[in-house]
Amino acid sequence: MNESLLDVDGLSLGFSGEAGFAHILDGVTLRMKPGEIRGLVGESGCGKTTLASAILGVLPRHALKIRGGTIRFDGTDMLSRTATADQARVRGRKVTFIPQDPFTSFNPVFTIGQQVDELMKWKSPERENAGVPRHPLFTRYPRARRRRDRERILSTLASVQLPQPEQILKKYPHEVSGGQRQRLMIAMALLPEPDLIIADEPTTALDVTIQAQILGLLRKLATERGAAVLLTTHDLGSAYEICDSVTVMYAGQDVEAAPVDAFFNAPAHPYTGKLLASRPEGAGGMTGIPGEVPSFYDPPPGCRFAPRCPRATADCKRRPDPSHPGEGHMVRCYHPIDAGSAAEAAEIVGAER
Amino acid sequence: MSAPILHTEGLECRFPIKGSFGRRLGEIRALDGVSFALHHGEILGLVGESGCGKSTLGKTIMGIQSPDAGRIVFDGHDIAGQSPKEARALRRRLQYAYQDPGASLDPRWRIGRSLEEPLVIHTDLPASERRRKVREILVSVGLPAGHIDLYPHELSGGQQRRVGLARILMLNPEVVILDEPTAGLDVSVQATVLSLFRDLRAQFDLTYIFISHDLSVVRLMCHRVAVMYLGRIVEIGPVEDIMSRPTHPYTQSLLAAIPRIGGRRVTETFWLEGEPPDASRLPQGCRFQGRCPHVQPICREIDPPDREVGAQLSACHFAGEIEVPPAAEDAT
Repeated sequence: MNESLLDVDGLSLGFSGEAGFAHILDGVTLRMKPGEIRGLVGESGCGKTTLASAILGVLPRHALKIRGGTIRFDGTDMLSRTATADQARVRGRKVTFIPQDPFTSFNPVFTIGQQVDELMKWKSPERENAGVPRHPLFTRYPRARRRRDRERILSTLASVQLPQPEQILKKYPHEVSGGQRQRLMIAMALLPEPDLIIADEPTTALDVTIQAQILGLLRKLATERGAAVLLTTHDLGSAYEICDSVTVMYAGQDVEAAPVDAFFNAPAHPYTGKLLASRPEGAGGMTGIPGEVPSFYDPPPGCRFAPRCPRATADCKRRPDPSHPGEGHMVRCYHPIDAGSAAEAAEIVGAER
Repeated sequence: MSAPILHTEGLECRFPIKGSFGRRLGEIRALDGVSFALHHGEILGLVGESGCGKSTLGKTIMGIQSPDAGRIVFDGHDIAGQSPKEARALRRRLQYAYQDPGASLDPRWRIGRSLEEPLVIHTDLPASERRRKVREILVSVGLPAGHIDLYPHELSGGQQRRVGLARILMLNPEVVILDEPTAGLDVSVQATVLSLFRDLRAQFDLTYIFISHDLSVVRLMCHRVAVMYLGRIVEIGPVEDIMSRPTHPYTQSLLAAIPRIGGRRVTETFWLEGEPPDASRLPQGCRFQGRCPHVQPICREIDPPDREVGAQLSACHFAGEIEVPPAAEDAT
């Protein structure tokens, strides 16, 4: 507990819907150290966002069924239905969120300043007991704290390189560009001085030049302030840019976790290898992965990648246990790619240049 | 090379900004003097950031928007500002693939009906012949013929794109404008869709204009690239030349911004700051001056003419003279 900030262990959950029960996450394990920047990589529909929302505790309660596993954040059980006050104290205060789409994440009818103030009213680092639900009418926002919060807001906006912070606070969301809105989102995620920032595809909606700026900013600020970042992305390039380590998910299972160098130089899971080879920069690129992501209503037993995997055998009907090909490197596969073998390394890594 | 199949000269497209009571407050110059030529059988990439006029250019060529000035010459005929009736014959030969095929398929029509519609409008084939053709094309884009009876929501994103492409191919066009054909697809699906584009080009003898913001995809697919910035093509040339020796500072920064696995980290070396200015308030002189690291007094006064550097055309006063910053050199 002292060494890990976030500890997701064997988490399995799903949703019941009209078409039956969807098994979204299957035994996901994720451990994060304080101050670590971790990439959570996978294709769309692999459960990245569901995992991120589960950590925040914002999944819809009526449809959600948790089938096993735990999420502990700094000692708080984020799945328990009794410790809601503790969870509320963590949510938005110790763990903050940067959404994917900066265009729909602001309320269009309030100024940016009003929305940032509202955040600080409830989640300011100075607020005692932050997060305990009370009726808004009975919650005071003392003037002295409001003044100090204002200073903090202005300095944070300056640190995300927004020009003229005071003018920006008076504007409405539609008056600023997408890149600026994403900077504002980063500022709002930093303001409560969190221990963990969950960034859900923060640069997908942005142009490549703006993406480079935003990623650099995120890395710099998180390192300066000692916050850990969980960056979900489908873009291996942005994961390479700023992450210390990477976890790969496929169809709701974590298949590989490794420090960033080991991940890109010696991928061990066949899916990871295929994913790296599909990038357009790869020389063997354009191969793609034959087949489709399995249905969540009726997932294949064991390893969910088995139906598309060229190395699959009968063993793969059971979920492989984690094995460790290297320091901090975890892979869940019976037939991992052997990085030592030259032919296989060429098959996968050779595709990089 | 033979005469180009399509070329434009000084194409301009402006959108007025209207205030209260229809007062004209200004205008956005979405296209500002765009000239290029497209040769038979080639793939021309069109890259740039969002809002730079890539899609407007595609739509203007298609006649969805009429240009305010300039000429579009397709196969020897000026097609700018044709009436819808005249344009109809042309539509068969010039097709536009929309960015989001899911949104451009009617959700209440089965795939087969959506695919058949162009044949109903443009040809007088009997129904049985039409159905045979639908099945044939569906198979050639790599979908099972059984998908004829599905609704669009039953298909995945990659499959919807294939259907979008199938619908375009129904009329055997010559030039296809692909508007962000891989936006929103995962890398593994993107790879299969891109190789499908290549196969179809060989099979149906197509010429593509490939609009994209992803330079690594463009490098893989295209023969020539045109880089757009705020309504103007700032650099155009063969893909290898542009990727290895970009001469316009904007192209250099675009190339430098791509994350490259195994190389230097872009976030540590990226030098470009700021965002594109408002297209309704273009500065006097070069439109890139506000973000350009090499800006000189002349850039603030004179909009640079196209300058020839090798096989490239570059709209920069100093094209060919500026050093490529270190991060861009890694791209070679």
